Parts: sequence; C-alpha cells; structure tokens
Amino acid sequence: MNKNYNYAFLDEGSKREIRRSILKAVAIPGYQVPFGSRELPIGRGWGTGGIQITLSLIGPEDTLKVIDQGSDDSVNAVNIKKFVRLCTDVPTTTDTREASIIQTRHRVPEIPMKNDQILVLQVPIPEPLRIVEPREEVTKKMHAEKDYAPIWLQLYESLIKYKKITIGTEYPCMVENRYIMNPSPIPKFDNPKLNDSQCLYLFGAGREKKIYAIPPHTKVTSLAFDDVPFEKESFKGKKCRLCGNENTYLDEMFDSDTGEKHYQCSDTSYCKEVRMKCH
Amino acid sequence: MPLTEQPVLSVKNLTVHYGDGCPLCAAHLEKNRCSACGTVWAANDICLDVFPGEILGIVGESGSGKSTLMQSIYFDVEPTEGQAYLSDYYKGEKNIWMASSAEKRTIKNNIMGMVYQNPILGLRMDYSAAANIAEKIIAAGSRNAGQMTERAKELLTAVEILTSRMSEAPKNFSGGMQQRVQISKALANNPSLLLLDEVTTGLDLSVQAKVLDLIRKIIAEFGISVLLVSHDLAVIRMLADRTIVMLDGKIIESGLTDQILEDPQHAYTQQLVHSLL
Repeated sequence: MNKNYNYAFLDEGSKREIRRSILKAVAIPGYQVPFGSRELPIGRGWGTGGIQITLSLIGPEDTLKVIDQGSDDSVNAVNIKKFVRLCTDVPTTTDTREASIIQTRHRVPEIPMKNDQILVLQVPIPEPLRIVEPREEVTKKMHAEKDYAPIWLQLYESLIKYKKITIGTEYPCMVENRYIMNPSPIPKFDNPKLNDSQCLYLFGAGREKKIYAIPPHTKVTSLAFDDVPFEKESFKGKKCRLCGNENTYLDEMFDSDTGEKHYQCSDTSYCKEVRMKCH
Repeated sequence: MPLTEQPVLSVKNLTVHYGDGCPLCAAHLEKNRCSACGTVWAANDICLDVFPGEILGIVGESGSGKSTLMQSIYFDVEPTEGQAYLSDYYKGEKNIWMASSAEKRTIKNNIMGMVYQNPILGLRMDYSAAANIAEKIIAAGSRNAGQMTERAKELLTAVEILTSRMSEAPKNFSGGMQQRVQISKALANNPSLLLLDEVTTGLDLSVQAKVLDLIRKIIAEFGISVLLVSHDLAVIRMLADRTIVMLDGKIIESGLTDQILEDPQHAYTQQLVHSLL
C-alpha cells in the first residue's frame, strides 16, 4: 500500500460527504442527489463517479471486483482495480460471488447478486430527461412535478418511426412509481434485474456530480405502453461460442478474415465459470 | 347570446406592467409607457368574457397588448394583477393564475389549446406529427399507444393532412401544414377554449384562406369557444362573432363584429376600418 496517500485516496471528510449523499440517495430511491465530485488521478468521464462511491465505501474487509462491458480484463477495469489496491490493499477478484463491492460499467453480472453485495455503476449521463430537455433547471422542475410526458413521447416517437421501441441501453425506468431514472448504459436486457433485487445498486456520475440509488427490494419498472409491453433483447437461435450458453447477454464479434459472425458471453467471468463446470 | 350563461373564460382587471410603476403613471402615459418612471403597461385593466361556442376576436396594432393578453391566459407571461376564471377549472370559482404549476400544466393540456403565430413555439419540430399530438394525450394520462395513433389519425384527417405523412417531422412540412398540425395538436384533448394567436400571419393568401376555412369548419365541428387575436380585420370579419379593439394596452371598443366594422366609434377603430377599405 502506498502510504503517501490517505486510505482509499480521498481524505476522510470527502469520503464522509460522499457517504452522506449515498444515504440520502438510498432514502429517496431514484432521486439524483448532488455531491461535490472530487479530483482523482483519472479524467472525468472515465468512471470517476463510480470510483468515488467505491473509495468512500471500501474497508479492509471488502473484496473488490471491477468490470467494464462485462469484462474483468479490459484496460479500464484493470487500472481501476490497480488504483484501489494501491491505496487500500483490498483484495480483488473476478468471481462475482466472492466480491462485496462490484464496480461496473455497462453490465449487471449474470449471476444474481446477494443481499450483502453492493453494485456500483459508473454513469455518464444521470438525467433520463436530458435527451428531451437540455436545461438542468427545467429537468429538476419536471422531476419535482412528475412531469414525465416528454420521455414517454420519446418512446412513442420510436414506435411511430420504427414500429417498435428501439432504445437499447439507458432504457428509462420508473422507481417506486415516483422518479424516472436512467439505469446508466446497461443494456435493457439487464433492466429487469434492478427490480426487487437482493443487493444495493449505487449510481455515480462524476462529471455531472450526481449520486442515485436503488435499495434492495425496490419496485423498478421499465417504461412501457399498456398495449406495447417492455421487451428485452432477444438472442433467439444464438449461443455463446465458448460456453454454449443461450440465456446470457451476448456480444457480437465479427471476424474480418472469414467474414463470420460469432457470439460470445459479455460477462466473461460467468462464461469462464460455466466452462469450468463442464470440464 | 343570453348573458346569464356562464362564460368559458372570464378575465377580470388583467394588468401586466414591466417596471415598478409610480403615482404619476396614470397621468403620464406616453402610449403605454410612463414618461416619469419608464414603466411599460403592456396590458392595462383588461376585462373580457368568452361565452360557450363563441369566437371572440381581438384586434389592435402591434404593441397594443394583444399577445400579452393571450400569453397571460396561457401562462406564458405572469400577470402583475388580475384574475381569470375558466368554467372547467373549479366551475369558474378559482383564479387560474393562482393555480400551482402542476395544475397550470393540466389546464394547458386539457382545458385550453394554443396555436401560436410561429409554429416553432407550439410544435416539437424534430418529432413526428403523430408524436406531437400524442404528447398532449400522454400528458393527459393515457399510456395506450394504439389509442394515441388512432386519435392522431382522426385529428390529422380533420385538418386535412394525409395520415401517410403522420410519421414525418413538421420541420419537413410547409408553413400552412405546420399551422394545421399545430391546430390538431391544440385540439388533442378536446379543450373547451382554443387560443389562436395570429395563426394566418405570414402565410400566403391562398393558404391563409384554406387555414381560415379549416378553422371555421373545426369550430363548427368541435363546438369549441375561441379567442382569436389578429391584426388583420379580414380574418376578424370572417371568423369573429364579437370583437374587442385594443390600443396601448387598453380595450378601447368592443361589440358585435359587424357593428364594429360598420359603425366604429373610437377614432382609432375608424382609422383601422378605413385603412382596410
């Protein structure tokens, strides 16, 4: 551990302020709590919101797992793990079951999370209404007054143009019938995992300086019209080329030499686990 | 028209001024600006009633306060003083300008429909015509996409826009078409009052005639009350049952449209009618 820094890099006052914001976020599920986003040795937009949440929560008893696009081995994930290890000495893992804190970008792990785990998501744009209203002052009022017609309009426009809802990631969801929330860029495949979950979900946006949360067993519904039900991505007829799984979220890979398309589990540690069991 | 009937809209003593005002204002008005303190009295003690099924026209030169009046009613401008009552809002017993902002939104969505002179203000130009209409229906609480599409088709047909173009964005439409989409959007939730702010200004004469025809047809079909602002006496003559003439933020003359046009009393109205002929 590098003794030149305070434990977990941030000073104690900063960590306390962030934890206080987290508590408020947990108390008002889906509500975006502003917080004083700190400087980190990583540029904003590279997961600083998630890192600040992780750093303010982590202690010697924790085990950390970091994934990026479902993968444990991507540059971003590896470097975040290295950075946290450097200033805490906390063990890291790739096993979803072993970790107490999982920081992630773009995916919720395939293995269901338990009640002693926290999933920290890195969020680029926390405001679900930003796409229909550029002014922060106005979106705040819209949330306060539950004026959500424009976001529904966005869904309807998609139906009119393409005969189906084409939003793939950041699919807006309603939290406890109060706040519409942006579930960060997870595919809508993962949206149902947010509902009535065992674990605590924390969302951190470093650049936009917002924290929000879904506590365990919160009702989270993906927006859908009465006559057009919510549908997640379907991988019917496709399976992972490594583990053969058909029920996971698959990445499409294109081999430019042969012109072939392959499908592969996006959650690499889950894929590995399935293969281990088979052998 | 029996005067015992409850008006759809009743505006009492509407005053909008920009600046603090001073004791000298009343005596020192230069047009609508106080020469002593510089306060602009955009609307000065306006009272009017719109009765069910009636078209009330408002004429006046630019700067006379027509749009201020209209925008106050549609909550785009905050009045300094005055009350307004809608028969569909607490049976006309509560001042709509005292409503909460959520209530104001409901009033704008369900009780009133607004058609602006500039369609950019009334439409989302990048969203399809159908979605523009659906926005109003969603805001009223519906979550059934099929019903929205049916209603959009019905309304676009009523304003003579081909339903095959309903998935196109209004920015690709002609000015006249944009205005017609705006009208259909305003009618989405069967409002009891339609506000038309210079709807035909800026359109060429043949399109103007078409839009006016359409408005007349729709008013008859939907049995809606209308407040119509225009500086064009031809439009007023064609549509309005009663007319109010405004000058420098005040109402200077009001009466049946024919009466105003045939026998104007105020010097300004006389000049206005004269310039038409």
